[in-house]
Parts: sequence; structure tokens; C-alpha cells
Amino acid sequence: MKCVVKAFGISREMVGQREVVMELENGCTAGRLKASLYARYPRLQNLRSLFIAVNGRYADDGQPIAEGDEIALIPPVSGG
Amino acid sequence: MIKITEKPIDIQKVIDATSSLGAGAVNVFIGTVRNTAHGKNVVWLEYECYESMAVAEIRKIMDEAAHRWPLLGAAVSHRVGTLKPGEVSVAIAVSAPHRKDSFEACQFIIDTLKVKVPIWKKEIFEDGEEWISAQPNMEKSYN
Repeated sequence: MKCVVKAFGISREMVGQREVVMELENGCTAGRLKASLYARYPRLQNLRSLFIAVNGRYADDGQPIAEGDEIALIPPVSGG
Repeated sequence: MIKITEKPIDIQKVIDATSSLGAGAVNVFIGTVRNTAHGKNVVWLEYECYESMAVAEIRKIMDEAAHRWPLLGAAVSHRVGTLKPGEVSVAIAVSAPHRKDSFEACQFIIDTLKVKVPIWKKEIFEDGEEWISAQPNMEKSYN
């Protein structure tokens, strides 16, 4: 399945665009998506932390990803 | 009240959103843009936000604060876009019957916001730029 990943802040600059399309196997998890993103965009590994959000919530590595989920990359936050 | 805005924050509106006749205290935190970082002059900051998730995360923080302290009202307004030194980036108001609870809850909200809410800022210096807290080894992009 295809999955659109939104990228914000420094992760957006590292992947070079606001959204990237990843081809995922069925039964993919947030952890496996992160590994695929690291492989395709190795600079992401330089980040102090990188979380995956699924449908607007922080996801554990084991969280399954389903077709149509809203996925986002959350690099270290710095609001305030 | 939770607001993410590109326009200057109306601090009075944030305070008014928490008003209650039962309140003996309204505590307000105002975050402003500092003009230096790492010993260099900051020209401006760029704030970026994943708005739907940011609103949801702020909601969770306010719910947690209301669970831990006896609050009468709470409001958060965060600005995004381009901000210059001296401008207000965030305003938080908390009302409670007594001041101790309002101080503690307000500090909890800003401290938790800074580690949980998907908002990012980039410092623009005279000679380069840098996303705050992003990388341990400071992979800088100075020109």
C-alpha cells in the first residue's frame, strides 16, 4: 500500500519536501516505516529523536499502519 | 481556549478566556523571542506547526492540568510563522481559586508544551540558520 508521510521542521528539509510517498507492505508498523525512512533518507538518523505520528498521535514502534492513516514525521519539538 | 495563529497574540483575550468569578488568581505566562542564541544575534525565528496534532496535544496537556489542579479556566495561544525579537510567541493563562495552583498548573502547561507539542522553531542568524534542539552534533547550515 502507498502511504503519504508529512514531514515537518528539520525533517522536512532533510527529505526535501513536505510529503513523501512510501510503498509499505501490508501489516507495516510505525517502527518499520521509520526504518524504511532511515534507509531512504539517512540524514534523518542524525536527529536527536524522531517520532512517527499516526492520525495525530505519537505512535509506538509496534503500532500498525493502515491504508488511509495520516502519518507524520515529528523531529525534536521546540515550541514555546 | 486553544489557538494557533499567524497573527500577533492578543494577550488580553487569552486572559479573558479563563475568567471566572470563583477565581482568586489568574497566572499568565508570556513567551517572547530572545535576540541572542549561542552568543549570536537572532534576526528572526521561523515557527512551524502540525496544527491538528498540536491542538490535540495542547488539549491533552490542559486536561491533565485540570485533573491535577483545581482549575477554573485555562487558555493557550501559540503563534507561528515569522517572529522578530521582542514579539510574543506563546501566551498561557490559568485561573484557579488560589494562586499556588495557578502558578503550578501554568508552569506545567508551558513545560509540557515545550516537550510534547509538534511546533518547531528555526533561528535565523546573520550568518546562517539552525533548527532548535534538533541535532546532537549541530549539523549547521551556515552560508
